[in-house]
Amino acid sequence: MNEAPFVIIGAGPAGLSAAEILLKSGAHVVLIDRSDRLGGQLTKQTHMFFGSEKQHASKRGIDILKLMVDALSGYDNLTVHKETTVVGMYKDKTLACLKGETYFKVHAQAIIVATGASEKALPFENNDLPGVYAAGAVQTLMNVYGVKPGNKVLMVGSGNIGLIVSYQLMQAGIEVVKLVEAADSISGYLVHASKIRRYGVPIEMNKSVKRAIGKTAVEAVELWELDEHWQGIPGTEEMIECDTICLAVGLAPLTELMQQIGVEITFIGELGGNVPRINPRFETSVPGVYACGDVAGIEEASSAMIAGKIAATHALLNAGIEVDKAESSLASWRQELQGLRNGPHGEKVRKGLEKLGVLS
Amino acid sequence: MKPENVIICRCSDVTLKELFDLFEDGYETFEELKRIKRVGMGPCQANTCGKMVQWEISKYFNIPLEEALFHNIRPLTMGVKLKAIGVQADEE
Repeated sequence: MNEAPFVIIGAGPAGLSAAEILLKSGAHVVLIDRSDRLGGQLTKQTHMFFGSEKQHASKRGIDILKLMVDALSGYDNLTVHKETTVVGMYKDKTLACLKGETYFKVHAQAIIVATGASEKALPFENNDLPGVYAAGAVQTLMNVYGVKPGNKVLMVGSGNIGLIVSYQLMQAGIEVVKLVEAADSISGYLVHASKIRRYGVPIEMNKSVKRAIGKTAVEAVELWELDEHWQGIPGTEEMIECDTICLAVGLAPLTELMQQIGVEITFIGELGGNVPRINPRFETSVPGVYACGDVAGIEEASSAMIAGKIAATHALLNAGIEVDKAESSLASWRQELQGLRNGPHGEKVRKGLEKLGVLS
Repeated sequence: MKPENVIICRCSDVTLKELFDLFEDGYETFEELKRIKRVGMGPCQANTCGKMVQWEISKYFNIPLEEALFHNIRPLTMGVKLKAIGVQADEE
């Protein structure tokens, strides 16, 4: 079996920043990702980031990715397994991995879980018709593979993903017929919403999909208004022609590996659902297993970058490895994290973290 | 709404109507639904259907989402050919 002091699962913003910290210490790091390219969701984020300069604000996601991957070059203490899925996690910190047809195991001293999140689906009639997509999948099709998902899109959900993907659809020459939101207000940044509104996309609140219509693929969608309990109101139906229904209705942390070894999981709606109970050091209920980034609660990529650094530093300290200026670095990262979570858009996250008991 | 046309589990083609029928029959937990209908046992491993199942349980039995328990998750998360495991075991 392969022995590794530190294994990181997931090479998105959290995993990559954790890797850099671990590598600097000289420790051997194994970085595993199921995709054929490093960067996680950054690989398709062609838009400029907000947030803080320290987390590369005003740069495009795809360019931030290059910086983060470049920062790992030149280290001979790094082993990267791309196109590799961790299919099993065991209590002794053995990971079962699958790379194509090859099955292998890695035994770790400490594991940093940075597996991110998956997109939530929505139950409505005919929700299995071709043409019903999750927004992130649409973004991957367009921005990674250069494939148009359709020609006339209804967007469901006004979070930043719904807003940004709407704009990127328009950039690709695709018509966005309408954006609907089940809640009574826009949940993403208003600057993104204003932009697509200026391009003529109607944004309507308290509305959702009643059913998709079509024989072999989506041809139209029936929308309806929702009451305060998010139940459809009969008589308010409206029909819209479209060939694509794009669901941007939230993300759910990918905690399945941690659940396999009995990491304590708790349901916190504000953080996306089932999340690991972590402490302020980003360590789970199983010592030596850390969780950071979206898998520990849905936030922005910039927060994930900082969380990765904090988790990695604690993993090193716990392993008895000295870290230069650990205390002051940790203090300033915590401050940066707090800064990103300030303001009205951080309210949900702050509430969730309060429930988790780790609001720093 | 016609619950027979709402797909909850795409991997095993389980509809909302089938969930409702099981609820009527007295099955109340994700774990039970999974054993009977294979919800959450396909390639998505409940990453797509799981949240919808939790939501429907919570709505039907009028319990908070926090109490609509998730199913147990065990290794492996995806299909692995026995041959691949055999080869690895031989090497070890």
